[in-house]
Amino acid sequence: MQTVFIVAILALGFLVTFQIAKASEYVAILRGEERSRKQTNKINGFLLLVFLIAGLIGVYYCNEQLKGKILGAPASDHGVLVDRMLYITLALTFIVFVITQVALFWFSYKYQESDTRKAFYYPHNNKLEVIWTVIPAITLTVLVGFGIFYWFKITGEAPKDAMQVEVVGSQFKWEYRYPGADKVFGKKYFKEISDAKNNPLGQLWDDPANHDDIYVSGEPMHLVVNKPVKLIIGAKDVIHDVGLAHFRMKMDAVPGTPTTMWFTPTKTTADMKKETKNPDFVYEISCDQMCGKGHWSMRGEIVVETQEEFDAWLAKKDPQYAKVAPAKKMEPAKDSATAPGILKDSVIAQVIK
Amino acid sequence: MSESMSVHPEVVTTHDVHHDEHGGGHHKETFISKYIFSMDHKTIGKQFLITGIIWAIVGGLFSVLFRLQLGYPDQSFPILETFFGHWAKGGQIQPEFYYALVTMHGTVLVFFVLTAGLSGTFANILIPLQIGARDMASPMLNMLSYWFFFLASVIMMSSLFIQTGPAAGGWTIYPPLSALGQASQGSKLGMDLWLVSMAMFIVSSLLGGLNYISTILNMRTKGMSMTRMPLTIWAMFFTAVLGVLSFPVLLSGAILLLFDRNLGTSFFLSDIVVNGEVLPNEGGSAILFQHLFWFLGHPEVYIILLPAMGMVSEIMSVNSRKPIFGYMAMLGSLFAIAILAFLVWAHHMFVTGLNPFLGSIFVLLTLLIAVPSAIKVFNWLTTLWRGNIRFTPAMLFAIGFVSLFISGGLTGIFLGNSTIDIHLHDTMFVVAHFHIVMGVASFFGMFAGVYHWFPKMFGRYLNSTLGYIHFWVTMVGAYLIFWPMHYEGLAGMPRRYLDKSGWVSFNQFGDLDKMITVVSIIVFAVQLMFVFNFFYSIFKGRKVTTQNPWGANTLEWTTPIRPGHGNWVGEIPEVHRWPYDYGKDGRDFIPQTEPIGANESKH
Ligand code: HEM
Ligand SMILES: [Cu+2]
Ligand SMILES: [Cu+2]
Repeated sequence: MQTVFIVAILALGFLVTFQIAKASEYVAILRGEERSRKQTNKINGFLLLVFLIAGLIGVYYCNEQLKGKILGAPASDHGVLVDRMLYITLALTFIVFVITQVALFWFSYKYQESDTRKAFYYPHNNKLEVIWTVIPAITLTVLVGFGIFYWFKITGEAPKDAMQVEVVGSQFKWEYRYPGADKVFGKKYFKEISDAKNNPLGQLWDDPANHDDIYVSGEPMHLVVNKPVKLIIGAKDVIHDVGLAHFRMKMDAVPGTPTTMWFTPTKTTADMKKETKNPDFVYEISCDQMCGKGHWSMRGEIVVETQEEFDAWLAKKDPQYAKVAPAKKMEPAKDSATAPGILKDSVIAQVIK
Repeated sequence: MSESMSVHPEVVTTHDVHHDEHGGGHHKETFISKYIFSMDHKTIGKQFLITGIIWAIVGGLFSVLFRLQLGYPDQSFPILETFFGHWAKGGQIQPEFYYALVTMHGTVLVFFVLTAGLSGTFANILIPLQIGARDMASPMLNMLSYWFFFLASVIMMSSLFIQTGPAAGGWTIYPPLSALGQASQGSKLGMDLWLVSMAMFIVSSLLGGLNYISTILNMRTKGMSMTRMPLTIWAMFFTAVLGVLSFPVLLSGAILLLFDRNLGTSFFLSDIVVNGEVLPNEGGSAILFQHLFWFLGHPEVYIILLPAMGMVSEIMSVNSRKPIFGYMAMLGSLFAIAILAFLVWAHHMFVTGLNPFLGSIFVLLTLLIAVPSAIKVFNWLTTLWRGNIRFTPAMLFAIGFVSLFISGGLTGIFLGNSTIDIHLHDTMFVVAHFHIVMGVASFFGMFAGVYHWFPKMFGRYLNSTLGYIHFWVTMVGAYLIFWPMHYEGLAGMPRRYLDKSGWVSFNQFGDLDKMITVVSIIVFAVQLMFVFNFFYSIFKGRKVTTQNPWGANTLEWTTPIRPGHGNWVGEIPEVHRWPYDYGKDGRDFIPQTEPIGANESKH
């Protein structure tokens, strides 16, 4: 009923507009096309000026409304660089934006058709053209310079003492692995992946480096504040992406091709709760690459804490091997329904709660 | 205008009117040969335009549907269930449906509307008319170009109606998602149809493109040297070159993907366990596909934009009654953009694990593109400066185009800088960027072209009051929709999230999303009004009574008001000057067909 009503109103509005439009055409013919064209020209010229002024006010208003909603201070060392680059670019482009938009609409308004003016025949001016080739070129060189400098800092080698965490994406969840006391990840092979065999990542148990690796899923990844971390990123099924908005970091998770990124978190979760005055604050991992129907809900969490808190957390974890090793001895394996990490379809519901 | 009309009232009749072979409709034309399997470039252009309009309505409607979901994620719209059944169970758009809508929206608008509908229409209509040719180099291939597009359209359209739905992995169809039916509904039959349809589309665009290039190179009338061509033609030329060189790469990608999907090859697949099922594929590279895709994908954005730039340059000059400023610089920057367009594709892949050094090279090349873009903007501004501007609807859209191109080009400088792109990649910021600079801006170029050349196409005018309403609502609406969207991206909100309420970091924009949705519905309604104006005016619009209604210099306005097949009655006029002599020596305009006067000043 409501829909019919809305459609009727729309149709009516449309009809009225159309009749007016048609009538105005007849009026124009009656009054002399030349004259009425000049009249509409004035109106449109004026509207262009109004648009410019209202637009600039709108830009200001929009910023006032929304600037508090975009992320606050970055929570990693690399994030500081990203934000600095962003603000440099913002400052430069905003100047260019204002100058060119003002020129565009002001010229349009000022040089609208008038009987007293003749258009100025001005086909080219080499000096001007050189100027406005060179100035953008120099500006952009500066931006490229800063950009590449920061880029190499961010994508360069991770420090030797960085802790390592493996992140694996699959439809539609994140799983993590810590290398354990030996600080080395054991080898994996994708054909070994099997939830039923308690091997969600496809670890090769023949590799002793795997025996102390700790598998984490269904709970947040834990990181240590002010300690560089290198993420080793992979995916099981399709491409996902580890998006860390607060750390300003992002890297695709590609099946078959591991990727890495590193950064140093500089604020604990507790710090951020205070800073954002939001007791519910959590660092989130968003999947930023279209990966299927649950893409929008593929969420992970990160807890950044002190070294002591981290150690205490890790100490409570058993290596995945511990779950497999007894089973290995007393084949056949028992029912494995209690194994963690088997979320599959239930995961969407769980994330959204 | 009327007094300037009399300056050279008999451009055509100065040539002796002997009816050469193509002059009149000497051979009998049936309805089928005239309107359906027509080989007249003008009719083919109109076919592209009308097909494009139909697709635009479909693509636009899709966006209204998914905007409903974004603006009102919790609300139920029972009417949706009536129309779409289980895709909108309980009146709520299901995730699969949402992703199918987004994917089709992108595919349809990028390829079917802004590529085929835009260059198909205007390259066809304008190239022969503006260079002084009776038709394309090969009218036959030209006709086939439309019919391959039609075939592609039929296949794509049919994919909307199959049980598992159309492709749903995004318009960029990255594998493995697009390769594995197990991974998504949309990667079943719908994806095969998508690939086959695009293959047909590519054939169409190659046939068209080769034809445009050979026509421009070989069929110019006497005196029409390359540097006397209007910028529209230059733009169409570079567009065609870009298409011919890059579309085959997408074709190869599409074919390899079809192989991976159906023949068990592993070009893009490796190490995959999907839904617990271990796949045998090893050794392929998912990233390889992205290189193939973006090697077309980036030139594609310029394939969409260049024709709009060309038309805007022409329309701006005509309506400012002033030459385009810096013709050679405009041409040079088109050329630079066309070259650079091939050298920046990996800026879409900064965070795929691309080698950082390679990344830095692409940063440099990408930001280089901003230089020719800046030149173009400054030249347009100077074209307006000290003009005598007439705000026809076409001119307003041209001005709007420049405004949007500035706004969207500047955000490109953020994204092209890999450091910032780490944060902004695949967020709503990218969505805002490309909609402004490519989506809306190119649409504005297309609207400008339609309003400006409608009199040539149909011998009637579009209603300009409706045109003004169309312009102002669209202009204001476009900024209301896409400007604030940048802020969502700055907050890190990812693209293609259909409900943010489960997130702590991205759920603060609810009101904004509602506003955007409401505005998009209004803007969509106004586009429907334009479509109405279009079809109504074809039959009932005010008739064109003078040969050259805008007082323009280019050759199309020397043809009869309703040109027949062959365009000119009698001989094709000869060209004596460039097309931008407006306001020279105190004269309002001097058509290209007028010989240089004895004491005319040089420029
Ligand atoms: C100053 C010039 C420009 C620069 C530096 C630039 C840069 C970029 C970059 C780096 C991206 C990738 C962002 C990301 O995915 O993280 C991007 C996306 C995009 N740009 Fe631009 N751009 C410019 C102008 C244009 C123009 C003129 C068009 C179209 C006519 C355009 C269309 C697009 C499209 C369609 C995408 C998104 C593709 C997708 O992911 O779906 N850009 N741009
Ligand atoms: Cu995802
Ligand atoms: Cu690009």
